[in-house]
Amino acid sequence: MAATEQTIKQVNTLGSSDYKYGFSTEVDEIRPPKGLNEEIIKFISAQKDEPEWMLEWRLNAFKVFNKLPKPQWAKLNIPEIDYQDCYYYSIPKSLKDKPKSLDEIDPEILETYEKLGIPLKEQKMLSGIAVDAVFDSVSVATTYKKQLSDLGIVFCSISDAVKTHPELVKKYLGSVIPVSDHSFAALNSAVFTDGSFIYIPEGVRCPVELSTYFRINAMNTGQFERTLIIADKDSYVSYLEGCTAPMRDENQLHAANVELVALDNAEIKYSTVQNWYPGDKEGKGGIYNFVTKRGACRGKNSKISWTQVETGSAITWKYPSCILQGDNSKGEFYSVAITNNMQQADTGTKMIHIGKNTSSKIISKGISAGKANNTYRGLVNILSKAKNARNFTQCDSLLIGNKCGAHTVPYIESSNSDSMVEHEATTSKINEDQLFYCQQRGLNSEDAVGLIVNGFCKEVLQHLPMEFAVEAQKLVAISLEGSVG
Amino acid sequence: MLEIKNLHVSIEEKKIIKGLDLSINKGEVHALMGPNGSGKSTLSYVLSGKDKYEINDGTIDYNGKNLLELDVDERANEGLFLAFQYPMEIPGVQTSFFLKTAINSKRKYLGQSEMDALEFAKLMKSKAEELNISTEMLKRDLNVNYSGGEKKKQEILQMSMLSPKMAILDETDSGLDIDALRIVSEGVNKLRNNDNSFLVITHYQRLLNYIKPDFVHIIADGKIVKSGDYSLALELEEKGYEEIS
Repeated sequence: MAATEQTIKQVNTLGSSDYKYGFSTEVDEIRPPKGLNEEIIKFISAQKDEPEWMLEWRLNAFKVFNKLPKPQWAKLNIPEIDYQDCYYYSIPKSLKDKPKSLDEIDPEILETYEKLGIPLKEQKMLSGIAVDAVFDSVSVATTYKKQLSDLGIVFCSISDAVKTHPELVKKYLGSVIPVSDHSFAALNSAVFTDGSFIYIPEGVRCPVELSTYFRINAMNTGQFERTLIIADKDSYVSYLEGCTAPMRDENQLHAANVELVALDNAEIKYSTVQNWYPGDKEGKGGIYNFVTKRGACRGKNSKISWTQVETGSAITWKYPSCILQGDNSKGEFYSVAITNNMQQADTGTKMIHIGKNTSSKIISKGISAGKANNTYRGLVNILSKAKNARNFTQCDSLLIGNKCGAHTVPYIESSNSDSMVEHEATTSKINEDQLFYCQQRGLNSEDAVGLIVNGFCKEVLQHLPMEFAVEAQKLVAISLEGSVG
Repeated sequence: MLEIKNLHVSIEEKKIIKGLDLSINKGEVHALMGPNGSGKSTLSYVLSGKDKYEINDGTIDYNGKNLLELDVDERANEGLFLAFQYPMEIPGVQTSFFLKTAINSKRKYLGQSEMDALEFAKLMKSKAEELNISTEMLKRDLNVNYSGGEKKKQEILQMSMLSPKMAILDETDSGLDIDALRIVSEGVNKLRNNDNSFLVITHYQRLLNYIKPDFVHIIADGKIVKSGDYSLALELEEKGYEEIS
């Protein structure tokens, strides 16, 4: 059988049963009725016991949302979303009165995280990683809190931060992604439920990886993550998020807003391993992952680095960006996006150069198999004051089979003649001779694909925190399992 | 070891091999010589299981197994090794990592435990030294930016580490300078023993000065037209393919 034929055959056999996080957890939930309106927003705010200013902020965002059209730029086929046919808040009943210790948490929920490989109990906690676990609309627990607070680091759910650190939240929330940015950003601002809040004080280098694990469990429920990370002067933090969801036939929405702020000489490293349920091979079900991530390098010599491994979701719409305001600041974007079967991804970055001597680097690796479509869309914008700005962009696409698509859409705008912008792009098909060579050395076809694709993604994967790099390599291989012979 | 009977092979309707018989016993080295387009490389691909080739007739027995029923990786793990004429480049995959993956694939197939990093490093070092290959080269991506000679040496290192029962060298000598040719040949000679066999495919007699075959076969138009001992290679060098076949 020709390898291409085999490829297609094996891609077809790759059903949703291969998604190993597809189980759901039976819990009693608190859920307001379906629908999006001011009452629901008030309900969410009241559930979270929020101060008045927060509710007003949300209601204002909702007004903005109603005026904004859906963003249209992506090369995606997004079915019309009925915002009224969705739940906006769902929390397990047992978490209503915030549990004071893990003993008070529903064992079912703890077991869910255990199954996902994220044990929350003290004796089993992952070493070197502090975890904030978000279950549907609420943060379940945050590990290593005490050890971190001794260093002055704040790592808690955003809901807690609204109450405990209102001055920081007021100052920075919406300062990087304005409410009016686009309709998904406005929607998130109106109904955001939970996510993480991190503040690293001046001069502190966070000694452990901080991490959030997002789990969508309830049916028909949107998850509206809101994360805010502030790295004060001369500080450093590395943050990682992971995401999974049960297998369900209907689509679910995950619309996140993530804002990062780096002050003078601060560095934020933000890594994502996104493995939401991708839907079945016919494209039924799966998560719509509409995410706005943006970091502001406000201070001089500051640095923000995004690394993402996007393997899940039915549709991924995501452009983690950097606003390089501070002189000598640096932005980086390392991305692996894998689409298989009917998955669609339109992802990339924006690097906005404002300060002098700012530099940015973009390495994007798109892998497409089955009937999937994968687009890199990126903007490099160099403003007139950004003297001596530099950008290097490399976009590589790898096709597996002949029914998938890869597209590269780079936008470059430069208003400064001192700047230097480089763009390299390649598209290749997985080479049958390479596969034959590996198989002749004893590797089976799946191991051979895993090896070649991991080689293709190496430049990106090596930027992940070490603890996760091995997991990510396995995930890359699993996402393409059976896609090539 | 290997018994090919009445083999007929075509590719896209074009007949390439037309009734080939070849029998190779344990401990023997056979050389297969022939002009361009005679079917030499096709035979190596058919033996290793590359797709696109259609077997129209004939049988291939490999150690009591029907070779044609085995997948490419099964054949490899059963000890059949092909040293490629054009070894493939695999960017982003370190050569040593590739070697380790190959060794462990075979061990897994044979139901053995994985070779650990330390044991592997020792084995690689000793084999590389034996073959006069710099271990520096093995830190680079597999075959990427390797010179022609380096690629072939690397093939021989892989062969030596996987210690196959049946090794096929497909025009390994092509494009090699005299030093590389010597290293490659010495590698093969060190590996030769009473339990393994070699099929050395070559266009020129030159390689056979270094690897002395027990048997020489001349292939023309998809068939073996003449077989003999080493002296046949010398005769061929003198008279050319035209006259002999």
